[in-house]
Amino acid sequence: MEVFGVPLQALLGQLLLGLVNGSFYALLSLGLAVIFGLLNIINFSHGALYMMGAYAAWMMMEYLGLGYWWSLLVAPIAVGGVGVVIERLMLRRLYKLDHLYGLLLTFGIALIIEGVYRDQFGVSGQPYPVPSALRGATNLGFMILPNYRAWVVVASLVICLATWYVIERTRLGAYLRAGTENPRLVQAFGINVPRMVMLTYGFGVALAAIAGVLAAPIIQVNPLMGSNIIIVVFAVVVIGGMGSILGSIVTGLGLGLIEGLTRVFYAEASATVVFVIMAVVLLLRPAGLFGRER
Amino acid sequence: MSSKSRFAGRIAVCAGAVALALCAPMTQAQSRLSGNTVRIGVLTDMSGLYSDVGGQGSVIATQMAIDDFVAANKPAYKIDLISADHQNKPDVGANKAREWYDTQNVDMITDVLNSAVAIATAKVADEKKKLVINTGAGSTRLTNEDCNSHSIHYAYDTYALAAVAGRAIVQGGGKSWYFLTADYAFGQSLESDTTGIIKANGGSVLGSVRHPLNASDFSSFLLQAQASKAQVIGLANAGGDTINAIKAANEFGITPKQTLAGLLVFISDIHSLTLQVSQGMQLTTGWYWDLNDETRKFGRRYFEKAKKMPTMVQAGTYSVTMNYLNAVKTAGTDDADAVTAVMRKTTYNDFFLRNGHLRPDGRMVHDMYLMQVKTPAESKYPWDYYTVKATVPGDEAYQPMSQSRCPMVKKT
Repeated sequence: MEVFGVPLQALLGQLLLGLVNGSFYALLSLGLAVIFGLLNIINFSHGALYMMGAYAAWMMMEYLGLGYWWSLLVAPIAVGGVGVVIERLMLRRLYKLDHLYGLLLTFGIALIIEGVYRDQFGVSGQPYPVPSALRGATNLGFMILPNYRAWVVVASLVICLATWYVIERTRLGAYLRAGTENPRLVQAFGINVPRMVMLTYGFGVALAAIAGVLAAPIIQVNPLMGSNIIIVVFAVVVIGGMGSILGSIVTGLGLGLIEGLTRVFYAEASATVVFVIMAVVLLLRPAGLFGRER
Repeated sequence: MSSKSRFAGRIAVCAGAVALALCAPMTQAQSRLSGNTVRIGVLTDMSGLYSDVGGQGSVIATQMAIDDFVAANKPAYKIDLISADHQNKPDVGANKAREWYDTQNVDMITDVLNSAVAIATAKVADEKKKLVINTGAGSTRLTNEDCNSHSIHYAYDTYALAAVAGRAIVQGGGKSWYFLTADYAFGQSLESDTTGIIKANGGSVLGSVRHPLNASDFSSFLLQAQASKAQVIGLANAGGDTINAIKAANEFGITPKQTLAGLLVFISDIHSLTLQVSQGMQLTTGWYWDLNDETRKFGRRYFEKAKKMPTMVQAGTYSVTMNYLNAVKTAGTDDADAVTAVMRKTTYNDFFLRNGHLRPDGRMVHDMYLMQVKTPAESKYPWDYYTVKATVPGDEAYQPMSQSRCPMVKKT
């Protein structure tokens, strides 16, 4: 059976790979959406922090001999800690100003972080092995899927849904949302809003670092890996609706699939298809697919 | 003084000036050095995806060549170097070249990684009648459509990459090919050069997929290559793209069932990938540090300074600088045309060039090597990465003059 001249089996394989990429988009855009939705900061350093996550994993392996599973736990905490420092020292001063200031500051931070890593490690990157428990591949009939890629999809879906659940369905999430709507009132109820905001930024950054650790065994750990992906991720956030948690998850996965299909039918456009969709969405629904007009 | 004699005097002065102007090229050719200094500009990618291939390493290599030349010749003139980051942007590169030639008295620009930047810089050099000797960029346009008498293409080009590895792989039984091609000038010219070689040797191309530059995920393209059932997957890309493609091919179990042919792979890429991932791959290079005692000597000296072994581009930049300075010494001038004339007459055999000679189209023709990446077990010491499979004479590796599309050559 063929679809537009492409065997169905091949198409299924490509869709599955699209889903793997979509998982990264979802995880990264989720972090951006959390930060934007709750702090109103357009976090341009997200790509650099994702790269830091991958490098944290590599450094733990190289210098401390700690494996993948430790990295998955420790790297997000460490990089999240860096995020907390950034928030405490710099971002905090910008909350009352226009969005543009936060964007410029975080963009500057991204350039500095990337510059330091490039100077330290060069641009060819460092290899990171697939953890032994996830080596090998499974024959699905229509394709051979490396086990690690399957793990990426499962892990990122679990993390995404858990984050969505916490923010939209729990009391903690309710505090967070209330804190952004009316910080004074929430503070009056005895909740430490600045600390909550700080931890939220740290959490968003930790999500980027998790994505970085997940990506390390797949692509070469490289100081430029963040800037290669971040623009697409921003497009995902815009399409999903700035700050919409569910929107960023669904759009991330969906765009991964669409990109995968484009790679089969017209590979030349695979780098641009996301932006074409973004332009169309902005024309028809300026607030994004899942966003609310403010 | 009468007005008549004043007039005559003026004529005499004018005549003298004209005579001087006419003679100037000759006197220049005999002794003059602009500002009593030879200045070499290293224009390279200091921060982007090619900075490990050239970058700071090329600056180190150039400085080594200058130091060695000064130590051996004790010239009466000064030799120095300046460097800049062209950021892989042709306009930035061309502006920097113009500034250097016009206001900084730069005599020769080298490295110039990135074909787009190289083509733009070659045009500026021609306009300013100064020299550019390119070790970094690959496009054969530099010695064809965009050739000029002030631009020399030194270390390698896409034709030689295709001819050496392509021919060897087809003749070794890899008859059917599928390309993963970076979708810009360099990738396309590499694909079309290789396709020509494959067909000429009785092979066939089953298809190709054009991927965007910096496409970090290659699994999708590789699955298409796998479905084509081609024996060989040709990687017509470079740097990070090649690295990630090889890595993914390994992960999806595509190698070793299908062979990967990296058409432009530098030793920095292999170092970054590790032998575990890249073993068995065949590739073309113009130079390798572990070829003989001379190359090993240079490699180790460079390693002392840079803490890694030099790439073909970095070693080539040393060779360019040394041979250029020797040509300046012989010519007695830094005038570009006089220096080029000396270089055209010379046959080169140094640690980098084997049987090198400079053709009228600006191509430095020299022997190229077909390499195979060692397995981890075969590698006995650090940076022991390649086995030499074949040495290909320059005239077989590079595009024959009969196929040249260089207007300068057709005229003569």
